[in-house]
Amino acid sequence: MTAPKIGIREVGKTFVSDKREVEALQSVNLDVQPNEFITFVGASGCGKSTLLRIIAGLETLSRGEILLDGKPVDGPGVDRAMVFQHYSLYPWLTVMKNIRFCRQLKVVADTVHSEADVETAAGRADALLSLMGLTSFADAYPSQLSGGMQQRVAIARALMPKPATLLMDEPFGALDAQTREVMHDLIRHVYRLEKTTILFVTHDVEEAIYLGGRVVLMAPRPGRIDSIYEVPLPAQRNQDMKLSPEFTELKRQILARIRETSGMQTDLEQLEKLTAIAG
Amino acid sequence: MTAHLTLASPEITAPAAAAAAQEAPAPTPPARPRARWWSIRGELPRRIVWTLAIAGLTAPFVLWWAWTALGLADPMFMPSPGAVLERIGRWWTSEGLLQDIGISVYRVMAGFALSALLALPLGLYIGTYRPVQALLEPLTDFIRYMPAVAFIPLVMLWVGIDEGAKILIIFIGTFFQMVLMVAEDVRRVPMAQIEAAQTMGATRAEIVRLVILPSSRPALLDTLRITCGWAWTYLVVAELVAANSGLGYAILKAQRYMHTDKIFAGILLIGLIGLLTDQAFRWLSRRAFPWRKQA
Repeated sequence: MTAPKIGIREVGKTFVSDKREVEALQSVNLDVQPNEFITFVGASGCGKSTLLRIIAGLETLSRGEILLDGKPVDGPGVDRAMVFQHYSLYPWLTVMKNIRFCRQLKVVADTVHSEADVETAAGRADALLSLMGLTSFADAYPSQLSGGMQQRVAIARALMPKPATLLMDEPFGALDAQTREVMHDLIRHVYRLEKTTILFVTHDVEEAIYLGGRVVLMAPRPGRIDSIYEVPLPAQRNQDMKLSPEFTELKRQILARIRETSGMQTDLEQLEKLTAIAG
Repeated sequence: MTAHLTLASPEITAPAAAAAAQEAPAPTPPARPRARWWSIRGELPRRIVWTLAIAGLTAPFVLWWAWTALGLADPMFMPSPGAVLERIGRWWTSEGLLQDIGISVYRVMAGFALSALLALPLGLYIGTYRPVQALLEPLTDFIRYMPAVAFIPLVMLWVGIDEGAKILIIFIGTFFQMVLMVAEDVRRVPMAQIEAAQTMGATRAEIVRLVILPSSRPALLDTLRITCGWAWTYLVVAELVAANSGLGYAILKAQRYMHTDKIFAGILLIGLIGLLTDQAFRWLSRRAFPWRKQA
């Protein structure tokens, strides 16, 4: 086994609100291999988004450490671009200028040494634009695009600086089911093309299985990794696979485990008691 | 006189338009959508919006005109619109209206520009960095409740009674409110926009320059528009300070001689200039931020 791309070591996070301490994450351990596609699922409050934000460097951790190529993470960086659920596009910039946003930043500008580098960057922006099917919308503003197209711009913008790791925090959560399917195939395509490591947080189990190489199931109170599932699907995927026995069996297992860990069962018992009283 | 009558006519067409809108969809099944006047946050055809706006603006004038024309008011206390119009004419030809407007616009704009110049960077810092907010926001909140008029004696003592004093009064009246509003505009920039830049490796300075500033620009222009209106309301207060020209001063002087027509004229002119500035700001906002429009 090669050295992990991302090493998550005994990571813990405690939020303090109203003098009450909430353990959002408790000793999380995970090794992410280079060019792995890992999806995170779990009941709400399991800390999956918090973990992703800690890896991004947007959130500090209370205990443990995150190693990136062996070095501890200290703040956000251009090597870990993130795609958010929404509101992250710059509405005053056109689609093309959104995608090229990172070109104005010093970290990226410093990598430009020659005319050829500038041309490569321009070519990459064009390529991303056409990869996302947005070529004819290059000069449109985000407010003129549908939700699905806006997310495609956000993905292209995140990919522009060639991040080694792509972090996605429920990026398709606000999209309708049909658009989401299109986005799934698109993101698998991007994954094979770009050779990035992808960490993808979602609450949709089907999405998690269809996209991921491994599905990490997290459980709440305190937030922790409950179990990890290998996805028995080939690298080249298509929508029909969602109906295959392996897929549905894995989906059944994961859904059952989420129900067990979410604490919803006890809630249902409570509800039965209540309705019994009411009846 | 006739001018008011013709201006009043849209008011008469408004109910007629409403009646037409109600009757129109009845005959054929694929009816065009009828204008629903009272749906919450509903849409209205542009034509009706304009008609209502003009009606709302002219109605008080019509009432005022009718009131005085019927002789219900003592002209000493309530001059007729005609008398006020006439007064504006005389003010223009022989009493130096243009100079009064000029000096007042200068004072308001100088005070307003000075507070914008200081409030924009300060508000940006308060809205962006928590320590600056903790240090300065309570103080600003405290000072903004102090009445600007009460500062007049101090301003006269410290600055004297020249132009600077008048500009300073307008500055005191607008600056502290403006700082807090700018800070709020800056705080409204969505966190996802800032975090997206962070994960692309942006530095703090780059985030302020490339994300926070451009993102809050429309809100900032709106804040400037609103505070510019407030600056005008402090004009009369400012011209209490040993002025011998200006619209506010003219109103104060007219009070002394019981020239109610001139008081009316002064107030109306300030309102008109304010309305024009406001519209100019709105026009600028539409021109500068085309991306806000939906497709």
